[in-house]
Order: sequence, then structure tokens, then C-alpha cells
Amino acid sequence: MFRTQEMEINMGPQHPSTHGVLRLKLRLDGERVIDVWPVIGYLHRGIEKLAESKEFVKITPFTDRMDYVCAMSGNLAYLGAVEKLCGIKVPEKANYIRVIMVELNRIASHLLWLGTHALDIGAMSIFLYTFREREMILDLFEAYCGARLTYNAFRISGVPADLPPGWKEECLGFLKLFRQRHHEYEQILSANRIWLKRTKGVGYMDAEQCLALSVTGPVLRAAGVARDLRKDEPYAIYDQLEFDVPVDDGCDTYARYLVRMAEMLQAVRMVEQCLEKMPSEGPLMGMRGRKMRPRKDEEVYFAIEGPRGEQGVYLISDGTDRPYRCKFRNSSFANLQALAPMVQGGLVADVVAVIGTLDIVLGDSDR
Amino acid sequence: MGLIEGRLHPGIVTTTVDALFNWARKNSLWPMTFGLACCAIEMMASGASRFDFDRLGVVFRASPRQSDVMIVSGTVCEKMAPVLKRLYDQMPEPKWVISMGICSTAGGPFPTYSVVQGVDHLVPVDVAVAGCPPRPEALMHAVLRLQDKISEMTIARASSPRPSS
Repeated sequence: MFRTQEMEINMGPQHPSTHGVLRLKLRLDGERVIDVWPVIGYLHRGIEKLAESKEFVKITPFTDRMDYVCAMSGNLAYLGAVEKLCGIKVPEKANYIRVIMVELNRIASHLLWLGTHALDIGAMSIFLYTFREREMILDLFEAYCGARLTYNAFRISGVPADLPPGWKEECLGFLKLFRQRHHEYEQILSANRIWLKRTKGVGYMDAEQCLALSVTGPVLRAAGVARDLRKDEPYAIYDQLEFDVPVDDGCDTYARYLVRMAEMLQAVRMVEQCLEKMPSEGPLMGMRGRKMRPRKDEEVYFAIEGPRGEQGVYLISDGTDRPYRCKFRNSSFANLQALAPMVQGGLVADVVAVIGTLDIVLGDSDR
Repeated sequence: MGLIEGRLHPGIVTTTVDALFNWARKNSLWPMTFGLACCAIEMMASGASRFDFDRLGVVFRASPRQSDVMIVSGTVCEKMAPVLKRLYDQMPEPKWVISMGICSTAGGPFPTYSVVQGVDHLVPVDVAVAGCPPRPEALMHAVLRLQDKISEMTIARASSPRPSS
């Protein structure tokens, strides 16, 4: 009698809330989503294949253009792998500068996530506020490396330059301001009735399912698993810093919002500690020259905690100055698997909220 | 527009109409939100607080049916090419294309099997912006140049070459 007909609709690749060129095939029963198939590859640029024909130093700019929202993390993951492959030691001061940059970029990435996620759900004003603070961070990056988005700020074995004069004070000023602004965002959103209705209970995924799908990052931590590579397998100087790993067991979009908001404050704490502890003197590069010959048939895997989750690089060398194989384990690709289980059974309007909460960057997943 | 376009010889009527139409067109350039890759982030930053493209009449629209200009912001891949062409065809006339960044202009740092080496293979480009990615100021410059280009437009019939006397 009253039977609804199942319908298949297409969403994307040109859709303002798919964060790039994600395409979804949705099967709907009225307003309910029965199933969803993500179609990716609209931004596949062949970076892994290109990397095989480039020297190690020349691959770093490509890592900027994969996860372009957090390019510093991409740089650090790749360079960490090369340094592990060739057994290069990074000077302490360079490590401090790297961590400062990566953590500032984590704040910038989360700010972009917050702005666009809220914009998709319908809160317009927060987008303008988060971009205001994001521009301040970009100014700091610009003063350091000259670029606003694709930094290529680190080199193999270190960093090319010291922090410019006056940078430290400016950064501290920003961090002080940011704490206030962070409080403002929380005032706008955390107890907002519309925000709560659109996020609470939406996109539920528990820890078991997350682990089964190898989902990492804030999505996993919002399911109650305190997995953070900065704590579990510390790299650079994270073992010398004091910070907490924000965890929530809400398993839904709101819990992920809380975790990312708390992560921003932890990043502020880390940058403050780094600026205080950083040695004023010391070398910035661990080696001279740019030719490197790793041993033959060596394989390494190096992973860091990016803003979206585990960001790993797998390198195989064949004894030349180019990698035999360069595989990027990017968190957006793995996290995208969680999309289908999260939206099944939910409303079609919540698909947008779930895409936002996964914080996908399509350049990262398609490479 | 189709009614009077290309019918009249250049004269006082066409210049007056041109002045009105071009003024209206160049001050309400509505681009389509067509984020492809890294440049899309800079395009978003252009629309946000600091650069605030709204003051140029540039208001981002989500649908090709409502927009006048397509900002191709990022790498155009082979898989994306038919989609891009269809979106361009869906836009109403008159329409313009800004190619933002070196990827969409000439393939950029990706000379690979999956990347279209320049969006001008697919759609006619009016303004190309250099950079990887271009700064929002550069995109603003492109919009201003496009406005200059629009103010040169005319509805008059293209003048036939005069017989040499």
C-alpha cells in the first residue's frame, strides 16, 4: 500500500560541501539513506609514480600538494622517512622549529575544518571568524618560509633557516589571542541548540568498528581510544613536551567536534613550550650537500600524527638517489571508508555533516 | 541579449547600451564554487574575512546556472574533465573562465598520465593566474583584469573590413 520506492541519486563531484571533488552515489528510501558508495579519483595526479622518477630532495614539494590543508605534516612525514632510510640525525633546534610549524599548521587545519564543517551545517558566521585566525597563522608561516599554503619549509636533515627576528614574540601574541578566540567559538557552538541537533548522535561509529576500518586521528579518539602517535611512538621532540591526548567516548559528530577543539588548545600548549625550550644556538642542518645514497633494498615506514590521523610514508630504496617505491599512507583515504557505515540508516541531510566530521581532503586520498 | 546582439552597426545606440550592460556585468561577477585542489583553499580565503571579494561584487554561487564566471582552481584530471565541460555548458551566456594556478593553466608540476595539461584544452580561458597556488591578491588582480575585459565588450556588429580606397 504505502510503499516508498528506492531511489539512487548522485552527489558531486561538483558539490559545495563535498570538500573538493568527492562523488557519492546514494541509495535513498525517502529521506533515509540505505547505502552510499564513495567514488574517488577525481583528483588522482599520480604523485606516487612521479616520485619514483625524482630524487629524494625533489619529492618534498609534492608532499605539500597531497594534504594541502596541512602541508607541514606532509613534509615532516616524508622527510622523517628519508632520514630514517639514510640514517640522518636532525639537530635539536631544527626539530623544535619543525614541531612549532607542524603544530601551528594543525591549528590552521582544524580552523579550516571548523569553518567549513559549520558552514555546511548552516552556521555561516563561524566560517568568517575561523578564517580570520587562520590568516594570522598563515602570516606567521609567510614570515618564516614565504608561502601561504604549500610551504616546503623543511629540508632533509633539518630546516633551512632560523626563525626570523621578532617571530617568536609575534607567535606568542597570536597564541594568547587565540586562546580567547577559541573560547568565543565554544560560546557560539558548544551549547548552540541547532548545532547540538545537527551533530549529536549523527555519524555514530564505535571503537571496534573504527579499528576494523583502520580509522585514525580525531575520529578514533572520539570513539574512546587514546591512540596518538605523538605519545605512543614519539618522533622529533614530542617526548620532551607535556601535552594531553583529548579523548571522548561519544562516538558521534559532536564528540569529534569536542576532540578537535581540545586538540587546538593542546597544540597551543605545545608551541608555547617549544618557543620557551628551544635552544637559541645550534646547527640547523644535520648534513651537508644534497646527494644521498641509501643502502640497497632497504625498506622503511615512518608515520606521524597528522591533523587527520596517521600519516605514513613507506619507502623502498634500490641504492640510487631515487626511491624504488614511495607509498603514502594517507589518513583521508582510510577515514573515507568510515563514511558508508556512518551514514547508513541516517537522514540524507546528515550526509553533509558526516563528510564534514571526517575532515576529508581529496588531494590526500586520491594523491 | 540574443535579440539585439550583432545586429546594429557601432554608433551612439550601441555605445550607450554597452556602457549600461558592461557596467552591470562587470560589477556582479558571480563565480561558481568549483574547488578542485589546493587553489580552492586560497579561493575560499579570497571569499573570507581578510580579502572579502564581496566588495567587488564577487559572490560565490553553488550552482552553474546562477554563475557568470568559472574559476578553475586546481589540477584538472582526466576523470574530472567531462564534468568540468558539462558544468561550463550549463552556465548561461555570457560566461567567462579564470584559470587559477599553474596546474589548470598548463598542468603544473604534474606531467602525468592522469592530468589534463591545461584547461584551455576543454574550455576557452579568459584570464590565467600564475602561482602554485596564487595568492588571493593574484586572484583579485585576475578578477580586475576580467572586469577590464568585460568593459571592452560590445553588442555591435563586428565591423567588416573596409574596401581600400
